[in-house]
Amino acid sequence: MNNKAFELVKSAIEELAAELGYDQLRKVTAETPLFGGEQGVDSLTLVRLIADIERLAEDTFGKQIVLADELAMSRRSSPFRTVGSLSELLQEQIGAANAA
Amino acid sequence: MPPEVMMITGTRKGIGRYLVDHYLARGYVVAGCSRDPFDGPLPENYHHYIADVADEKAMITMIRDIKRKLGGISVLINNAGIASMNHLVLTPMSTVQRIFSTNVFGSFIAMREVAKIMMPAKYGRIVNFATVATPLNLEGEAVYAASKAAVESFTRVAARELAPFNITVNAVGPTPVMTDLIRTVPKHKMDALIGTQAIKRLGEHRDIANAIDFLIARESDFITGQTIFLGGIS
Repeated sequence: MNNKAFELVKSAIEELAAELGYDQLRKVTAETPLFGGEQGVDSLTLVRLIADIERLAEDTFGKQIVLADELAMSRRSSPFRTVGSLSELLQEQIGAANAA
Repeated sequence: MPPEVMMITGTRKGIGRYLVDHYLARGYVVAGCSRDPFDGPLPENYHHYIADVADEKAMITMIRDIKRKLGGISVLINNAGIASMNHLVLTPMSTVQRIFSTNVFGSFIAMREVAKIMMPAKYGRIVNFATVATPLNLEGEAVYAASKAAVESFTRVAARELAPFNITVNAVGPTPVMTDLIRTVPKHKMDALIGTQAIKRLGEHRDIANAIDFLIARESDFITGQTIFLGGIS
C-alpha cells in the first residue's frame, strides 16, 4: 500500500465523515468497508467522496485523475469495497498518469 | 457575495456567443470554450478555452482549471451542438458519430466533471440543449433529433441523481433560430416548420436566454428534469 495514496483517501473520508453522518468513518483503516456491503456508505456518499478524492489528488500530486474510468469499472471486484482497495485504485491511477 | 461562475460550451458564435454577453451583463463571471479561438478581444470577466467538448481530457483539464482559477462553477450551460440535415439513407456513419460525440458525449463529460465541483458546494444549475426537432420528428433530422432525445432523457435521469446535492438539471428546446445550424435549410421547409409552432415566428436568441434565466434562477430550486420547448411546441 502506497502510504501517500492511502493517507489522502483516509483524510478525505475522515474529513467528510462528520458532514455525511457516518460515525464509523471518523477513523478508518485499509480494511474499513466503504461501499457494497451492509456497513458501507450509500451511493450518493460514494460519488461525493470520489469527487473529493479526485480534487485532493490533483492538489497533492498535480495529476488529473478520473477514478471511475473503464479499467476501474470493469474489474471483477469493486475497487470501492474498502478504504484500502480505493487507495490502491488511486495509487494505480496516479502511476498511470505519471507514466502518460 | 462573489460573482457566480458560469460555464458555457460553444461560445465562439451563435447562441453561445450571445449568452456570453447576456450573462456577463448580469454580473456572472463566464468561462467558455470552442474548438477555435474566440473572435475579437475577450470581454471583461470572460475566460476562453480552446477545447472540443467531445475530447474528455481537454474538458477535464479545462473544468479543473476553471475551478482552480475562478473558485467553482455554479451554472453550466451545455450549448455546444452540431446538426446535420440529411435523409438517413444518405447519412454517413462518421456524421452520426460526430453528432453524438458533440451533442451527447460532450454534454455528458461536461455534466460529469462540473457535477463533481457542484456537489461539495451543494448547489448547481445545469441547462442542456434539446430541440423541437425531437417532438416534431422532423424528416431529415433523424440523427440530430435522436441525439437531442438522448440529451432529454439524460437530463431527466441526471436531475434525479443530482437532486440530493441541490443541483437542478433542465433543458431548453429552441425552435429554429437564424444560426449556422439552419442557414442551409430551404425557405419552404423552414416556413412549414414554423407553421407547426403555436407562435409562428423564428426564435430569437433572447427567447432562449429568457428560458435559461428562469431555469438558473436561485428561486427555481423546485424545477428539475424538465425540457422547456419554445414557440408552443410540446
